Amino acid sequence: MSATQQEPRFAQFKLVLLGESAVGKSSIVHRFVKDSFDDFRESTIGAAFLTQTIQLDENTTIKFEIWDTAGQERYKSLAPMYYRNANAAVVVYDITQEASLERAKSWIKELQRQANQDLVIALAGNKLDLESERKVAKEAAQAYATEEGLLFFEVSAKTGQGVKEIFQSIAEKLPLESQIKSKSQPKSVNLQRPSTNNQSSCCS
Amino acid sequence: MDEEYDVIVLGTGLTECVLSGLLSVEGKKVLHIDRQDYYGGESASLNLQQLYEKFKPGKEVDASLGRSRDYCVDLIPKFLMANGELTNILVHTNVTRYVEFKQIDGSFVFRYGKPSKVPATEYEAVTSSLIGLFEKRRLKNFLQWVANYKEDDVATHKGLKLDIDTTDAVYNKFGLEEGTKNFIGHAMALYDNDEYLQQPAREAVERVVLYCQSVARYGKSPYLYPLYGLGELPQGFSRLSAIYGGTFMLSTKVEQVLYDEAGVFQGVKLSLDGEEHVVKAPQVIADPTYFPEKVSSSEKVIRTISIVDQLPLKNGETSAQIILTGKETGRKNDIYIALIGSEHKVAPQGKNIAIVSSIIEGDKPPHIQLESAFKLLGIKAFDRTFMGLSDLFAPIEDGSKDNVYISKSYDATSHFESVTEDVKDIYFRVTGKPLKLTKLEEGEFNAQA
Repeated sequence: MSATQQEPRFAQFKLVLLGESAVGKSSIVHRFVKDSFDDFRESTIGAAFLTQTIQLDENTTIKFEIWDTAGQERYKSLAPMYYRNANAAVVVYDITQEASLERAKSWIKELQRQANQDLVIALAGNKLDLESERKVAKEAAQAYATEEGLLFFEVSAKTGQGVKEIFQSIAEKLPLESQIKSKSQPKSVNLQRPSTNNQSSCCS
Repeated sequence: MDEEYDVIVLGTGLTECVLSGLLSVEGKKVLHIDRQDYYGGESASLNLQQLYEKFKPGKEVDASLGRSRDYCVDLIPKFLMANGELTNILVHTNVTRYVEFKQIDGSFVFRYGKPSKVPATEYEAVTSSLIGLFEKRRLKNFLQWVANYKEDDVATHKGLKLDIDTTDAVYNKFGLEEGTKNFIGHAMALYDNDEYLQQPAREAVERVVLYCQSVARYGKSPYLYPLYGLGELPQGFSRLSAIYGGTFMLSTKVEQVLYDEAGVFQGVKLSLDGEEHVVKAPQVIADPTYFPEKVSSSEKVIRTISIVDQLPLKNGETSAQIILTGKETGRKNDIYIALIGSEHKVAPQGKNIAIVSSIIEGDKPPHIQLESAFKLLGIKAFDRTFMGLSDLFAPIEDGSKDNVYISKSYDATSHFESVTEDVKDIYFRVTGKPLKLTKLEEGEFNAQA
């Protein structure tokens, strides 16, 4: 192992979720972040985004900042700022709903058109626990994913099967070095930082 | 979809989105509709393709300008005052998590034929080339008085009464020359004409304080600007609203507004996937374009957007505001120039956006009225310039009779203070209480911090 590899490395990435309503986008994230599942989950109120860290190897930590659509995809009203500067996207469909894969494909088109060139996209077929109601063949979705160069998984947010693997695989594919490098560029203004100037020093 | 809401909001301009966000956070059930397929209405930022479609329909996009998606061009040029009310709202609602800001490099006023930096500190005042030696002392005294003024300490007032004495009288007390008055009023207090001189001085003094505090906050200039353009702001507040349960529908046409016999708002009829829906709410907030019969216009603003290779700035600034005061150009109203470029991610490398705006005066063609600005920018041909005239609409009534609360058009000022005034005013009329901002707790869940 070389000396440089032993320095601890940390990188943060923005990950967005896409897919039709009710395919289980939030459930997948909650399984990943909190390792929990709720059959009657209402959409998350008040959460700007969730975060979760992954230990990629003993020196490398990756933090995901995971953005939920907050329901804005429902009437095709997702703001472009949502996928601006996203590093990764998980596009979810429901293996028991054929139409949800079609919708997922149109999201992927939109991402390829609008988002970063080096965006890592994973296609995830959810509700693997409902195998008996399956309408989307694994082979068909897999073939599409391969053709488009996407990561592909079938998962169950309910049982947890396959969920961690999505994020692990994305983490391994992300451009770690360039992200760490871009961190050192001049940052933007932090508005949350309280003003260091008191009022009386104004104009003088 | 649901049939009943607490508030229906029509239009996704900044004013509407801030209100939508604030009301959703309070637990109101909000339905937010826009007829267009993008967020922002008049406060959107357009890519090159959209810009051509809007201003030069049928004309092919100039290929030498680069990729369409590398452009985010504002329709309404404005900057945030670093210590202004919009900054305050952004911080309190945590919308800062979705939008990144960078400073604007400089604030200039056009004088003696060239742009000069607006002095905002005592040091800058005494070193500025704008003012003569004796005047520097007087300006310094004025700025010190403003800085030390405390409402409850009469000794700091120096005998001046802010609610009675006019701004001009205050200037005269410090013996300020016309030229100095002109740049304090126009480049610091940011009045776009001279009517303020005869008004009580309080507002002008508050504006100077805001300017100075905004400069003091991050240095260089009092202005901030969001990366990727102002269109990020309505999007950010729409996300805030959605996160707190607001429902958003773009590309949705309001077929009919429903009133009861007394003319009070009841709801709207809209079509969704070819099906008609009636949605009810006791109140509606809308931009002026949704209720043309309930608004009037007194003034027109001319705004021109130019794509330029070079900026008329000497010290390597990549963004700036330049004010051409009416005194300098022989007009009643000032001309504002906003300059931004790739540093703020609104244009590709090597290209800049210059937006010139002012109130229309008389019948001369707009490009003649703004001639001095084009001259300064070195613009001779207009093939890369997009011109638009807009009416400044304001609601005729305050909404207390019909529960229709209409926002004002975005005015000619170069910052957002009048927009946030409108937000607060509508908020008060809709909820019956003044807006009190409290810092939102983070809903973020962090598993292994």
